[in-house]
Amino acid sequence: MNPALSDSLSALPILLPLAGALTCILLPPRHRAAAGLLTSALTLLSASALTWMLLTTGISSQNLGGWPPPLGIQLRFDGLACVFLLLTSLVGLPVGLHAAALFRSQPGDDRASSPPLFWPLWLFLWAALNGIFISHDLFNLYVLLEIMGLAAVSLAILSGRPAALLAGLRYFLAALVGSMLYLLGVALVYGAAGSLDLGLLGEALPAGAISVRVAFALIITGLLIKTAVFPLHFWLPEAHSAAPAPVSAILSALVIKASFYVFLRLWVDVFDGSVTFAAGQAVGALGAVAVVWGSYQALRQSRLKRMVAHSTVGQVGYMFLLFPLITLDPAAAAAAHGPPTWLGHAWTGGIYQALSHGFAKAAMFLAVGIFILAVGNDEKRSVTNMVGRLPMTTFAFALAGISLIGLPPSGGFVAKWMLLKATFSSQQWWWAPMIVWGSFLTAGYVFMILRLAFAPAAEAPKKNLRPVPRILEFTALALGVGAILIGLRASEVMLLLDVGAPFAEPVQPLTEPPGGADD
Amino acid sequence: MPPEPWQLYALTAGLLFSISLAGVFLCRHFFRKIIAVNLMGASVFLLLVSIGRRDHEAFADPVPHAMVITGLVVAVSASAFALALARRIHRETGRDNFSESE
Repeated sequence: MNPALSDSLSALPILLPLAGALTCILLPPRHRAAAGLLTSALTLLSASALTWMLLTTGISSQNLGGWPPPLGIQLRFDGLACVFLLLTSLVGLPVGLHAAALFRSQPGDDRASSPPLFWPLWLFLWAALNGIFISHDLFNLYVLLEIMGLAAVSLAILSGRPAALLAGLRYFLAALVGSMLYLLGVALVYGAAGSLDLGLLGEALPAGAISVRVAFALIITGLLIKTAVFPLHFWLPEAHSAAPAPVSAILSALVIKASFYVFLRLWVDVFDGSVTFAAGQAVGALGAVAVVWGSYQALRQSRLKRMVAHSTVGQVGYMFLLFPLITLDPAAAAAAHGPPTWLGHAWTGGIYQALSHGFAKAAMFLAVGIFILAVGNDEKRSVTNMVGRLPMTTFAFALAGISLIGLPPSGGFVAKWMLLKATFSSQQWWWAPMIVWGSFLTAGYVFMILRLAFAPAAEAPKKNLRPVPRILEFTALALGVGAILIGLRASEVMLLLDVGAPFAEPVQPLTEPPGGADD
Repeated sequence: MPPEPWQLYALTAGLLFSISLAGVFLCRHFFRKIIAVNLMGASVFLLLVSIGRRDHEAFADPVPHAMVITGLVVAVSASAFALALARRIHRETGRDNFSESE
């Protein structure tokens, strides 16, 4: 391919939503949905083009403005960036369709029911997310994380209700403290290495220096706050459940994935000399407690959206079980012959958890949003006999639940199976009971809803449902099917993920029998 | 050996950061929390500027200065947004902190 063409292509996933956001501000509110959806489709197209480029020509990088690092900012596109870019587009398009249909169907013209700022803010957020996935510069990541935070909080308070405003300010202050810890770490890193480019830093960072260790701890803590890892998750349940349903889907499915992505990239690419076995175990322990605590809290909630928001805290925990499994005890690593086989499993498992949770949680928030829209309240009991009244949405909820629990053949199954395999072959067996326990608790809250949904009509309150536009149900179902499909098409996703991966997973179809070790 | 000026500035920045981090959690009023976050930013900027001067060359390292300018722009917009949000909450509910009973 022509190098000039590929260069201009790699900035498109950032430029398109940014241009779309600015266009939407200029347009009158009634035309914004159309412009926003067109931008979403074009962004998906550009992400697909980049994916095709990655598979044909491999990793590409572009120096913005022609300035090479260390002075300039580099955009870099590898397998990891690619799968997250695709996730954002594939979740963002249906959620956008859902939002457009939802806001159009709302009666009245007040700001709470059809917020005119949804499209500009969501496209700004999308540009920041794509920028985070592609950019290869520590300080540029800071700026993009701040843009993401500003846009995400603005979306979370769209309804303008006092509860949402309070939750939004709490979310914003937590995100700002996280950013400041991150920025202090960036300053220390620059002081130690004199560079901000992730690639150069990986080589130049003095491994044992005290300032680098402090910087590592600050950056890691800042990103843990932004990703809402236990015990720094205090802001998430309220903020995610007070937002309109499509916004909750975006916040839970995509926004926390971006800070996880930065965490992951810095852990393996930049601080690979500073991470220790103990640090890996500590992060894993936070993740394991989050799995159990978040899932248990979800089980206890009596309100639907609170339940789904707490479930995010639990599912985020699984993603952080990746870190103890890829961070080896130096003594054990020296004794081993060649690179251990489980590194690839752990790597794939953790990332698969992020991807499948993206689809599943978006589907679940949209499904729950439809229940609430139809019944008019947020109580768990109100889903009684839903299977007879909104079968498609109940099915979407069930598909999402299957993936969150980790039942085959969903994406969540691949994730939890890979993580379990890695815990046993690395002999860090103590993570396994947490994975299984979390799945049981998840099964608890998913089946509690499904049991109510299948309850006979006699128990149901005699009340007519408000009509729900079909497109709302279709988009929720599409995302639920997506959570299953990435489990069925795992080998294709792994093929993408392997381009430039630090821990290669030999690409093969999932041949292990799905019985026994699954939870 | 007496500390060099840039080291003193860096130490001050560290101290200021710790004080303001404590402030975010200990102060109850929204406005004080927002000021504390601002102070965290200011201390990081102080550290960056002092890092830019550590090499005793004729000119300071321009990269940290560029980071400070960008950081200031981000900090201004973030503070403006947080203040607007806090004012809106005060107007709608009369609250000025999180811990009031509802």
